[in-house]
Order: sequence, then structure tokens, then C-alpha cells
Amino acid sequence: MKKKPEVSVELAKKLGLKEDEYERIFKILGRKPGYTELGIFAGLWSEHCSYKSSKKFLKRFPTKGPQVIQGPGENAGVVDIGDGLAVVFKMESHNHPSYIEPYQGAATGVGGILRDVFTMGARPIANMDSLHFGEIGFPRMKYLVEGVVEGIGDYGNCVGVPTVAGETYFEKGYNYNILVNAFTLGIANKDKIFYGRAVGPGNKVFYVGSRTGRDGIHGATMASEEFSEDTEEKKPTVQVGDPFMEKLLLEACLKVMDKNLIVGIQDMGAAGLTSSSFEMAGRAGTGMILNLDKVPTREEGMTSYEIMLSESQERMLLVVKKGHEEEVKKIFQKWDLQAVEIGEIIEEPVMVGYFHGEKVFELPVHPLTEEAPVYDRPRKVPDYIKEVHSFDENSLPLPDDLTETIEELLVRPNIASKRWIYRQYDHMVQINTVIRPGGDAALLRIKGTNKFLGLVVESNGRYTYLDPLEGSKWIMAEAAINLATIGTRPLAITDCLNFGNPEKPEIMWQFEQSVEGLSLACEILKTPVVSGNVSFYNETNGKPILPTPAVGMVGLAEGIKKIPSNFFTSGDNLIYLVGDSPLSLAGSEYLKMKKGSIIGKLPSINLEYIANLVELLLSLWWEGNIESAHDVSEGGVAVALLEMSMGSRGKIGFNIKLPGGNERIDRILFSETPGRVLIEVKEKNRENFEKAVREKNIPIYYLGKTTNEKGIIDAQLIINTVELFKKWDNFLEESLRQ
Amino acid sequence: MKFGIVIFPGSNCERDCFYVAKNVVEQEAVHLWHKERDLQNVDVVIVPGGFSYGDYLRAGGIARFSPIMSEIINFAEKGGLVIGICNGFQVLVESGLLPGALMVNKNLKFICEDVYLRVENNKTPFTRHFKKGEIVKMPIAHKEGNYYAPPDIVKELENNGRVVFRYSTEDGEITEEANPNGSVNNIAGIINEKGNVLGMMPHPERMAETILGGDDGRKVFTSLLEMVS
Repeated sequence: MKKKPEVSVELAKKLGLKEDEYERIFKILGRKPGYTELGIFAGLWSEHCSYKSSKKFLKRFPTKGPQVIQGPGENAGVVDIGDGLAVVFKMESHNHPSYIEPYQGAATGVGGILRDVFTMGARPIANMDSLHFGEIGFPRMKYLVEGVVEGIGDYGNCVGVPTVAGETYFEKGYNYNILVNAFTLGIANKDKIFYGRAVGPGNKVFYVGSRTGRDGIHGATMASEEFSEDTEEKKPTVQVGDPFMEKLLLEACLKVMDKNLIVGIQDMGAAGLTSSSFEMAGRAGTGMILNLDKVPTREEGMTSYEIMLSESQERMLLVVKKGHEEEVKKIFQKWDLQAVEIGEIIEEPVMVGYFHGEKVFELPVHPLTEEAPVYDRPRKVPDYIKEVHSFDENSLPLPDDLTETIEELLVRPNIASKRWIYRQYDHMVQINTVIRPGGDAALLRIKGTNKFLGLVVESNGRYTYLDPLEGSKWIMAEAAINLATIGTRPLAITDCLNFGNPEKPEIMWQFEQSVEGLSLACEILKTPVVSGNVSFYNETNGKPILPTPAVGMVGLAEGIKKIPSNFFTSGDNLIYLVGDSPLSLAGSEYLKMKKGSIIGKLPSINLEYIANLVELLLSLWWEGNIESAHDVSEGGVAVALLEMSMGSRGKIGFNIKLPGGNERIDRILFSETPGRVLIEVKEKNRENFEKAVREKNIPIYYLGKTTNEKGIIDAQLIINTVELFKKWDNFLEESLRQ
Repeated sequence: MKFGIVIFPGSNCERDCFYVAKNVVEQEAVHLWHKERDLQNVDVVIVPGGFSYGDYLRAGGIARFSPIMSEIINFAEKGGLVIGICNGFQVLVESGLLPGALMVNKNLKFICEDVYLRVENNKTPFTRHFKKGEIVKMPIAHKEGNYYAPPDIVKELENNGRVVFRYSTEDGEITEEANPNGSVNNIAGIINEKGNVLGMMPHPERMAETILGGDDGRKVFTSLLEMVS
């Protein structure tokens, strides 16, 4: 066997611990830690596992509400949807591994989030993803895009969980650090929710799933550092996924939970056996004795250090109800899986590990988990803020040819169809998908009920870069409006907060501001945060990503009279622009196209008004007075109108006249400020519709009518929507092939 | 009428087929575990989609060795009705119940989308509720659905009405553009010589209710009801 390295401050630093943290270990233990013990501290105290830089700020999030059964702090959040049912959901990042090894990085990201959800006793019914890539032409980027998409697809497709919605951005700010955020939602019986708690001294601890290998050792630490030139060398820290094993594990775990044979369960995610055992004991106020000789390993000669810190995938830790050990083993055997007893719960909150007849660690639980270091890091407004805010929109020359400008916008990577991506995802398995990818949000039915779920992920690094507070409000507003355009009421959110190095005051400022913006919106929209994740250190050679909080929002509808649509449904219907928002080109796709940079000052939006708009959309769908609805977002009104005709492959166009006055035409056409919605109405419903809008005191503009194969704006701009559809539809595939 | 839906480790459409059999066409339905040999007196066996045994060797390559498959082969030889959908089609081909092979899609990627099919033979137990030449819409969701068979076999299939579904345009034309995966002669579904075993790549169970975008697939299930009553 290899000789154990000598424990020292240098070694601690190599493992990602700071000098004062190393000293803190001495204080806690009253002695020098052993090698395995040091590894355990490094894993648990990594930014990824401990949230040490973010904890203080995350307390700001509104997390309560009558619908919330379980908020943040567990494997996933749990929300009541009535009739004894609950939805369980969470979003998590797998940014660092996906940049190093896109296929496995993204695949294991999906695997991890699926386990977080099914460990709660919920059967996963939907996945989503939020992806941020660099510029398509940037070196290695096509490889990253292809790998990430295939990795997400292969994993979800094999396990049989549909990927029903998502978002994909291409932006220079992610050239060196891509973002891969994966979301899973499951359905559970409200009174059969399982938690990651090691309760009941004397209960046995079982290890189930894949064997432990040397892959992914110190993945959590890797994800808590910036990248530099040696990123390639980090490949061994990326885990390898086995979706087939995951599917077996899912079925077997759901079975033991259905039969009530266990009292606690947790996925071995980041920091593997270390985090799962410590966190489970930490939540329950207990301890464990672990016999590491019993852990099934993939290779000979693994050390206790490696066993405790391996991040091999598809493994779970179960605490079995006393007397039901054999039954549990039998269920796993049915699925050709091993369930191995590796330890026992003890009353004293201490974690003890034996290996080869030797005690390899003995650590108090709380100082490592609940009392891990917490930092109040300094914050400072970044210098760029003043500069980007000083841009004067009136200095921008008006475009000579608006038709050309609009057509160009439609084939910008961020606006062009994402069909090439979602075509690779099975988005229909489980036969619940009513509205598929490509619209504002996904709509799922829940079999055996009259309930429908709306699902959306939302982020926009440009907005949150220009103003992390206001930008966060914008993305929340957009998510809520998206859910309402398909008739579902926003219920709650999960989030993935993707930022640079928190040790820099400018990054911490972005973080604090974002949390504030999200919180303000959560309060007014009544969508508490029930789960989430923070990903710091998205930096390479000192250059951070655009600050990118991403939100996964879930909505609910009880009964639906008409299946909502985001696309024009037929010719000769009326088109309205409903709502008002301060017009601005700040952070818009149009401005980026014209100036090549992300500039401007986001106007402040009124969240009370957004909540009112959401109510209006819900009542319009409920009354069945409208045919389709689509929110104005990236690309402005011009792009939103064209998107509505893309559902018919451009066959249903429009002929409209814009409300204008003295406003610049490009601000009218391309402003992205949330709060405006395009709505298609049948002539016969005109009166009822207009009345409903006016009752809410929301402005309404009649624009014109749907028509055939052409988009006509103000009689002058004439766009061939059928031709444009082909370009929009093929753009991504063609640019990846080049 | 009783439907039996097989579960291999890695199957993932067994609950969908079960739901359609039980709740949409309102028949009796049971699951058949791969390690068992009892077909529980079912009238129709459905081998559903998914990734049996992870598809790590070859799609459907291992499933044929399971105990339930030898019973299904006996059942089919005695004239029992069997449908293989997607991965199920791959399993039936690997077990020798149907000829040919399903190769990787010509674009090498997983494809999930609606396709149009032309019903080429409505004189089978699975398609009698369709009209001959009818154009129907159903989704595909696979990475290995590129049907191949040697020219003499293809000829035999074509000449004997054993091509049941073909990928077509919305207007029923058989073009290369309408062929999503590169299948020979746009073949999407075939039947065995006796006419009691159907294999198809598209998923009829995913298009059995209008709320999901159409109910053309439902006819595959209802056609069978008349068969055994």
C-alpha cells in the first residue's frame, strides 16, 4: 500500500483549505488531523459543499408559504399541489466538470439531480436545463456544445425522464467557463416524503448502487477553484455516468420507500460518502460508525481516503428501519443490485470510520457540517457598472433597413430555434407532455387528476451583468409571465446561482445584489425559494463569467378548458399587445448586434404590475377568451411576433400597425423589458377579452390581424415568414456544422 | 382483452403502454417481469421501448436471452400477438422473430420528434382500424432506428405486404427528406410472415390521446380489440 502523505499546512492548501481553516481544524479536534480526516474536512468545507461564502446571503431568500412542505436544506424542495400530491424539485450546476469533459460532465449533472429528487420519494417526471456557452466560433466550443447536449440527452433518455424545456445562450462571457444547470421535478405522495436524515440509533446504514472507484476524487474541491491553463489535467476529477444503473437504482429505491422500509436516504453526490454520511447525521443530530472494508470497490488497494472522497456516480446511502434489512436486500436483488450494510447509527454525534482494523477517522459531526466556516466577504461595486450605464441610446443611429435588421436578429444564435438541441432529448416519454419544448414553457398533465404543471427555466447573463439586482427581477418576471402564458400559476422556484470568484469584492457584490433582486421578486410574485445551489469560481485566468443566476419556476393549473398555445393558431384573428413596460435597449440582442457589447441601464420594473399581468393571463386562459399568448422578451416585439408564426412554420403571418407616437422605432421594436405580451383573439371573443383586460387596468393596443405567410409591420416592413422560418429553424445545426 | 407489457431492466415505456391499454382503451393490463416465465394468459404481448440492459452491447442484444423472451417466442410461434415498439422492435429483431437489423440513425444522433407514416397494410391485426394509404402522425424517439435488411429480404417484405408503416411526408409521399433515420425504403414498421408479430420504431402509445397532440396511435391498440373477442 502507498504510504500516506504527511499532514501539513501545505497539504491542506493543496486540498483547497485556507491556512486559518487548517488552524480551525486543530481547535476543533484538539490535535493534528489524520490524512483521511484532512480529506474529509477539505471536502465538507469546500465552497461547493459548505456554501461558506453564500450562506449569510441565502438567508435573505423568502422560503416559506402555505404551499411549501420542505424548503432549502434538504436534497430537494417539496411543494404541495393539493389532493395529497406534492412536487419535488431542484436545480443544480455541473459547470466545471462539463467544461473539462462535456459529455460526462453534463450526463452526471443530470444523474445527480435525478437522484436528489428520487431520494425524496418522488418519481422524476421532467427534466430541464439551462445552458450557457461561449461564442459558437470560439475554439473547442462546438465540441462542448455537441458533448453537453449529447450527455444530457443520453442520460435522461435512458433513465426515461423527459427533458421538456430549457434555454441555451451563446455569449462571449462564457468562452472559458460554460454553464450547465440541470433541473429535475418529481411527483410524490405528500405524506410519503423521505429525508436525508440518519435517525434512530441502532439502525443500519446501507450502501447501494455502483461500486466505488477512483473517479471524481475531490470533484467538490475542483468545483471550488478557478480554472487556469492546466484544466486538461483535471479530467480525472470528472465522474463517469451510468444511466442504466441509475434507472435500476431509481426503481429499487422507490420500491423500498413505497414499502416504508427505510427512515433516511441520500445520494452520494459531491464529496461522496463523506458528505452523505455527515449531512445525514448532521440533520438528525446523530453519529455513525462506518466500516469502510464493507464498501464495494471497483479496484483493489483503494485507501480509506479514496473511499471517503470518491465521487463515483449512482450510489446511495440508506438508513434502514430496524428489522427490515432482509426485505431491503431482496428488493435490490430483484434489480440485480447490491445493498451492503456498512455501518450503524449511534446516539453520540460523532463519525467513526474503521478500515483494515484501524480507526481512520473520529470526527465530531456538527463542527464539520452545521458549524462549518461562514464568511462575510467584502463587497464592492465593480468599475464596469458606471461605464456600461453611461451609454446613451440616442447616440445610436437608426437602422437603414429595418426588415433586414429583423431578419438578421432571427438568426442570432440566442434567438434562432433550439430544435437541434431538444430533438436530441426524449421530451415525450411518460406521456405527460402537453406543450413541448420550443414554446415559452412546458405544460405537463398529471395523470389521474385535473392538474397541469408549468415548467420554465430562466436566466439572462446580460441583464444580470448590467444590473444584478434589476436583472434578477427581470428574469423572475419573465419566468412568471412565461408560466402564465400557458395558463399556470407560479408556485415556487429553485435556483442556480452561477458567479465568479467570491473572494473578489466585485463578485460578492454581484451575488448579494442578485439575491436581493430574486428575493424581492419572490415576495411579490409569491414564489418562495424551495431549493437551489450556488456555483462560484466560474473564472479562468482571473476573468469571471457574466453573473448568471438561473431560476427554475414551477406553476400549477387546476383544470384547463383550452390547451394554451404560444403560437398563432389561424389566420384572420386579432392580435393585441397587452401591457406596458419602460422601453429600453439596455442589454438587448439588438444592441449587442449593433454595438458588439453589453451596455445600457436597465429600467426598473414594477413587480406588482407583473403580478397583476400574471393574474390577467390566468383569467384569460381560464375563460378561454384567447387563442395564443407569447411574452415579449429577447429580440423585442419584432422577434416575438415572428416567433408566434414559427409554430406554423411561418404559414400564419401577421399584418400589424405599431403604437408609436414619438418613440424611436427601434425601441418600440426591440425593447426587451418584461411586462408586455402578444395575444391572439378571435373576433367573436373581442368584447369579452377587451373587457377583461380593462378590468385589470392594464393597457391594451390593437395591432392588427393574423394573415398568410407574411409578416407586415406598418405596411412597410414585409417579411417572408416561410423563408425566414427555414433560416431560423436550421441556423443552429448549420453553424455547428461549419 | 388482456395486454401483457414486458419489463426488462432498463425498459422505460412500460408504464406508458400500460396506461394506454388500461386507461385509454380500457382493457386489462399486466406487467411481465423479465425473469419470469409465466405470460399470465395475456392475449397480446407488448415489448416496450427503453434501453433494455442499458443497450450497452447492442440495442436489444441482451434482452433476447431473458427467460420471458423464450416464452414470448413460443407464444409467437403459436400465433400469439406480439408488438415490439422502439427498443421492443430491436429486441424482436435480435430474437429472430423479425428479420433485419436496426442501425444507428444516419445523422448519428438521438431523434425525438413527430413523423408522418403511411399505412401500407391495413390487413393486419394491428392496423385494421386504419385505412390503406392513410397518413398518420406518431413520434419517434431513438438513436438506433435505421432499419436495414439484405436486398432479398427487403424484396420479400415488400412483395408480401409485410412493410406495415413507411415514413412519408404529410401528403403521403415517400421521400428521402421524410426519412428521419436512413431506413431502407423508408421502412418504419414490419410484420412477420404469419402476420402476428409487429415491430415498429414510432411510438403509438405516445399519440393515443388528443391532449398529447393526436390520437392516431390509439388505432394500433383498438385494432387489436376486435381481433380477440
